[in-house]
Amino acid sequence: MGSLLVRGMIAGLLAGILAFGFAKVFGEPQVDRAIGFEEQLAKASGEPEEPEIVSRAVQASFGLFTGVAVVGTAMGGLFALAFAFFNGRLFVGMSPRTTAIIIAALGFLAIYFIPNIKYPANPPAVGSPETIGSRTQLYFGMIVFSLAALAIAISAGRQFFAQVGGWNAVLIGGGVYIALAALAGYILPPINEVPNDFPADLLWKFRVVSFGIQGILWMTIGIVFGLLVERSNAKTAH
Amino acid sequence: MTNSSIVAQSLDAQGGFAAPIPVRQILPWAIFAGLLFLLAMYFIGVEEGAMAIFNGMYVHEFVHDARHLLGFPCH
Repeated sequence: MGSLLVRGMIAGLLAGILAFGFAKVFGEPQVDRAIGFEEQLAKASGEPEEPEIVSRAVQASFGLFTGVAVVGTAMGGLFALAFAFFNGRLFVGMSPRTTAIIIAALGFLAIYFIPNIKYPANPPAVGSPETIGSRTQLYFGMIVFSLAALAIAISAGRQFFAQVGGWNAVLIGGGVYIALAALAGYILPPINEVPNDFPADLLWKFRVVSFGIQGILWMTIGIVFGLLVERSNAKTAH
Repeated sequence: MTNSSIVAQSLDAQGGFAAPIPVRQILPWAIFAGLLFLLAMYFIGVEEGAMAIFNGMYVHEFVHDARHLLGFPCH
């Protein structure tokens, strides 16, 4: 179990490094543009300039790297825990690599993709400081609902597996997940704090980059972790 | 015997499939390591934003760009 955890963290760190490269090249220009817009707004309304505690150069390099790498490594570790629980239990005869890829795909879907359809990532200048508490609660609430929906969907799929076969069981599970996640998205209140005149293309690009970063994180962890586990299994066998 | 179980068995012989780890063995790891990982994510994603352990804005400012780009609510 300990070595699984280490492998998860290695996969996560690697994923974090790749995601950092992507974020640096494609994400930072959008962050800079958004901060420029924010400063313009502040100037127009006569607000005093905010003191700079950490310089933009540090934020965009060491800060960004630390943030993405730590989150990547922690994701890898949590991924290893999920893998330890699901490996050999999800479906009979599934290889560890397939299990790892499926966990990564479902994790990306349920923890990032669907919650971000409801509450998408926002660049600087979008979102007022007064609502940070409720926005955070709603965002994590949506993640919790989405994960609960996934758990119910998987157990529904497994229940029907013997009767209707693999294909139909997956369709049933998928249907259950979509229905429950859509219901959660319908019930939870909307958030829209995009300022007037905020460039639409900037908002779109920022959100696409955010999807890209999370996609790279999850995909790399799933692929690298599966590879590492398979290699070590083959070693112990020979 | 179905095809998939033949594949499963042959892979088993090569050690491609390890037996599931008993939940009782996973649990202590899941609790301690899981808490640690979640705490790490908290510091990157939430600290000095929606909630704060430390006074000040240094952590928030330092990981600011990552926080926005990873999709955490910010500001």
